[in-house]
Amino acid sequence: MYQEVILDHYKNPHGRGLRDGDAEVHHVNPTCGDEITLRVKYDGATIEDVSYEGQGCSISQASASVLNELLVGKDLSDARKIQETFLELMQSKGKLEPDDAMEEILEDAVAFAGVSKYPARVKCALLSWMAWKDATAQALGEADAERKTTA
Amino acid sequence: MTQLPGLLDAEALRKDFPILDRQVHDGKKLVYLDNAATSQTPRQVIDVLDEYYEQHNANVHRGVHVLAEEATALYEGARDKVAEFINAPSRNEVIFTKNASESLNLVANMLGWADEPYRVDSETEIVITEMEHHSNIVPWQLLAQRTGAKLKWFGLTDDGRLDLSNIDQVITEKTKIVSFVLVSNILGTQNPVEAIVRRAQEVGALVCVDASQAAPHMPLDVQALQADFVAFTGHKMCGPTGIGVLWGRQELLEDLPPFLGGGEMIETVSMHSSTYAPAPHKFEAGTPPIAQAVGLGAAIDYLNSIGMDKIFAHEHALTEYAVKRLLEVPDLRIIGPTTAEERGAAISFTLGDIHPHDVGQVLDEQGIAVRVGHHCARPVCLRYGIPATTRASFYLYSTPTEIDALVDGLEHVRNFFG
Ligand SMILES: Cc1ncc(COP(=O)(O)O)c(C=O)c1O
Repeated sequence: MYQEVILDHYKNPHGRGLRDGDAEVHHVNPTCGDEITLRVKYDGATIEDVSYEGQGCSISQASASVLNELLVGKDLSDARKIQETFLELMQSKGKLEPDDAMEEILEDAVAFAGVSKYPARVKCALLSWMAWKDATAQALGEADAERKTTA
Repeated sequence: MTQLPGLLDAEALRKDFPILDRQVHDGKKLVYLDNAATSQTPRQVIDVLDEYYEQHNANVHRGVHVLAEEATALYEGARDKVAEFINAPSRNEVIFTKNASESLNLVANMLGWADEPYRVDSETEIVITEMEHHSNIVPWQLLAQRTGAKLKWFGLTDDGRLDLSNIDQVITEKTKIVSFVLVSNILGTQNPVEAIVRRAQEVGALVCVDASQAAPHMPLDVQALQADFVAFTGHKMCGPTGIGVLWGRQELLEDLPPFLGGGEMIETVSMHSSTYAPAPHKFEAGTPPIAQAVGLGAAIDYLNSIGMDKIFAHEHALTEYAVKRLLEVPDLRIIGPTTAEERGAAISFTLGDIHPHDVGQVLDEQGIAVRVGHHCARPVCLRYGIPATTRASFYLYSTPTEIDALVDGLEHVRNFFG
């Protein structure tokens, strides 16, 4: 479960720290107390930044770091595809062997395949991804609202 | 093997517990240190459960046939065993529930629906402590919300004990009930019952003791405690899940109203109203957990065959050894008392910045089962400014060798994440 890639991200997290954003969310995992505060910043449909601060286990922290590395600079539609693929992998109960196509989409995040065998830890791995999804909905919702008021 | 004064012959006792022979993760010997969550079940209890279902299974108190009579005798026989185990003045003071949580909820609901002088209402106060299991917090929060009563609590000292310095301000003339844990499941602390009971009696408040972490580990005498209610749970004391106990003083059980209605708890029923059976049946609506109660009786027989004072001495020696060994681990901080005095055999700790989830997972890979998280006592984690702890907890079959395995395992965890 503790792949070298995961430990690397845990020890040297990418993009940690809170920076300017369009929306901020705070998510907790009530069963274990892992927490994350996450902000997203969009430039049109491009993800300009995902910044975060949190506390929790290596899995939740490394997962946030991987998220930052994968999603920043991506187009929203590509990012959604990555998020959905990661979700599918994490919900696979260890039965999904990532193929080349999946590896291409997920890059470092395929290292979490082993985590999907541990139901108690899946929520840790998904914490930041759920927070990102929520923050994105809020950011875009607001953007929509703004467009409406300016229109 | 390390020899400590007071130890039981745990190697012999372990033969009674088939599960302790299990290997996990490709041949690693199981080191089960999660006894505060649930204990393992000896062959003697498993056999009684099997025999109950193979030979005696029937509903209780309802039939005239052989099986019904046998099942009833076994179920009521278990009540006798519990009464004797806790030195209850009467067997009718022993109510079977499904666990300690239900026992504590039952007390809260008795008081919520009671008439004077027991009634909890907006003029009155409920007192608990900051080290309670959620099972002894939430029922009282619900009662306070529903009745408008004020919920107060004792805080904790930095070394993991109750801060009773303001006891006269916390427990006042307005206090109706004081409910607290005898031994904490997260800190391990054993609380000073006498001081609290004395103050409660001064103001005429009832006292409820959560003995979930005491009943399995030390002699429990409800008369010596001088409490009004005592709750505990079968699965932590070698019994099956699905069975708990609420002991209550006879006069109270006679005066207080039932909570759940149904079969078994009545005397007569008409379409307009009902009258109730005397306690304990008044509080046992519906078909009870029969096999589970019989299993708890067998667990009590098993514990008695060893002796509760001997079990306590064994765990005390182990705790002393474990505290000493754990404090040798760099960056390890015990959350709770750092000596074995006035303490049970559950030890919580943090290990540097390594999250307890990671500690628990890497220990599990070595076959060592501990619990990680907030242990259903989140206010304690908040009090000490930590997200969670790792907890090792021992029982009658735990050994110094297992403590050594834990300490070695923690070294491995430190190297892994270091
Ligand atoms: C101190 C304490 N109180 C109450 C409980 C609740 O026991 P149960 O879950 O069996 O109701 C526990 C066990 O988890 C406990 O340790």
